[in-house]
Amino acid sequence: MRYAILLMGAPYSDQASHSALRFARALVARGHRLEAVFFYHDGVHNAARLAAPPQDEPHLVDAWASLSSKHQVALQVCIAAALRRGLLDEREAARHGKDGVSVKAPFELTGLGQLVDLGTHCDRLVTFGP
Amino acid sequence: MQEPHDDGDLLVILRHGPHGSSWLKEGLDAALVAAAFGRRVSLLFMGEGVTALIADQQVGALGQKGTAATLEMLEMYDIETLLVEAQGLSRLGLSRDDLMLEVECLSPVALARVLSGHRLVLTF
Repeated sequence: MRYAILLMGAPYSDQASHSALRFARALVARGHRLEAVFFYHDGVHNAARLAAPPQDEPHLVDAWASLSSKHQVALQVCIAAALRRGLLDEREAARHGKDGVSVKAPFELTGLGQLVDLGTHCDRLVTFGP
Repeated sequence: MQEPHDDGDLLVILRHGPHGSSWLKEGLDAALVAAAFGRRVSLLFMGEGVTALIADQQVGALGQKGTAATLEMLEMYDIETLLVEAQGLSRLGLSRDDLMLEVECLSPVALARVLSGHRLVLTF
């Protein structure tokens, strides 16, 4: 089946990100196709390039990136939710005159239209939230 | 028997009030975008979410824009199916007369039917 995940919980604050990541790994292990993870609401913090958790804890940001490169999973971050929470890629940082970049590939800033699209075209869209 | 998913493409369930968090605003944003993309969208206000519909609301004290203006625009986006959990209203001592828009009140049984009547459900 073709799956997509909607993640709306902040990393390290709620269980949602950990559960979503485990569900994502289980999907691909079972031979399903995971098209994309869409990050919305506080879930956008999963794309924070500067996250530096203690070394003996799971690194969620790196884990998403690794899942993406191994299984061609798109990591789509709602741009409106991201910008107001300080998550900017190079283009948006330049556009808003900010001297730091907090989001980089494989995470991509995109619109809510992508979420609607995933909900329409995938067999299942599964939500994880606090 | 009713066809599955016959009520609409997307059901957006709103369970939070207007000012305490961004859940309501971000849920409405998702509904508006889906409608702008031509999807048939229904809104279901549940629990505390019914307070979004209380008439004569002001914007939030924290520099928020409030959500009442967005609700007034729903018709422009062809979002006309507005559903309310009847128990959610009565639990808060509200009636349909307190609300700013015409809504359909749903019993628990009707709620279950609405859930299965939509292809996609997003909960905020």
